[in-house]
Amino acid sequence: MNNTQSDTHGHEPLPLKIYFGVFAALIAMSFLTVYVASVNFGHWNTAVAIAIATFKASLVALFFMHLWYDNKMNLLVLVVAVFFVVVLFFPIFLDVGTRGLSGPGLVNH
Amino acid sequence: MSTKKLSPHETWQHAHHFPSAGVQAESSKLGMWIFILTEILIFGALFCTYAIYRYVHPEMFHMAHKELNVTVGLTNTIVLIFSSFTMALAVRSAQIGHKAQTAWLLTITIACAFVFLGIKSWEYSHKYAHGLFPGQESFNNHPLKLFFVVYFLLTGLHGIHILIGIGLLVWMVIKTLKGTMGPRYFSPIENVGLYWHLVDLIWIYLFPVLYLLG
Repeated sequence: MNNTQSDTHGHEPLPLKIYFGVFAALIAMSFLTVYVASVNFGHWNTAVAIAIATFKASLVALFFMHLWYDNKMNLLVLVVAVFFVVVLFFPIFLDVGTRGLSGPGLVNH
Repeated sequence: MSTKKLSPHETWQHAHHFPSAGVQAESSKLGMWIFILTEILIFGALFCTYAIYRYVHPEMFHMAHKELNVTVGLTNTIVLIFSSFTMALAVRSAQIGHKAQTAWLLTITIACAFVFLGIKSWEYSHKYAHGLFPGQESFNNHPLKLFFVVYFLLTGLHGIHILIGIGLLVWMVIKTLKGTMGPRYFSPIENVGLYWHLVDLIWIYLFPVLYLLG
């Protein structure tokens, strides 16, 4: 009789202010990232842009997608996905980056 | 004394191979997360492609990103973030059984998706007018060709995901109006919500990488 999908972990709906707060933060971060793009951080430009994007993505994942409140297995799946993307990027960067394809001193580019 | 006919969401019975409704809901959610994992890997590989080409042709990528309009991109970002907001509210609404509110929130989410696609097609038509569309004669030997191959690959695949999302959302509106979603059972809306947030997540990375990094 009481067989609802909220049974396993008493999933109460989140208070509205969390949704509004996260939404406001996401919008603010979007404007921030545009502003920050006009500031030259030199080599750190990419890192700063990705860092802001990752912060926004974390807000969406943890709150809109409920990972903060859910069974931790779901969070683990996301972490594993990101881990394997890093595993993809890292050796490729090492490989391509050490081939002498870019940088000062190249004649034909 | 009359027996009131219960709506589907009040009588819904979980599938027999699950010990309870709660377990079924958790299983379906985990399944969606594993699907999301595969999506992250796909787009991860495409972003890696971007990174490699950018590393090898830094000046092309610097010049090319100026062809993209940051204001338009930012507008699309806000539209998609807003749609994620209404989607999250829709799931919450289904969880507490507000049928009309859920349907409205889902409809607003769909509307945002169409706005996003509209803006994107406008951008695409602009590229076409400048000879920057794959398949055009002017594109074949264009100096910015590599950047735009990656641009159309990434945004095109993302756009296809939005189209699929629209289909899923319309399906959810139908299910909501039929009364099959409610506190006892809202997994489909929850999982479609997860898919929709994923589409937003991808754009959260696409926007700075394509429009802002120079």
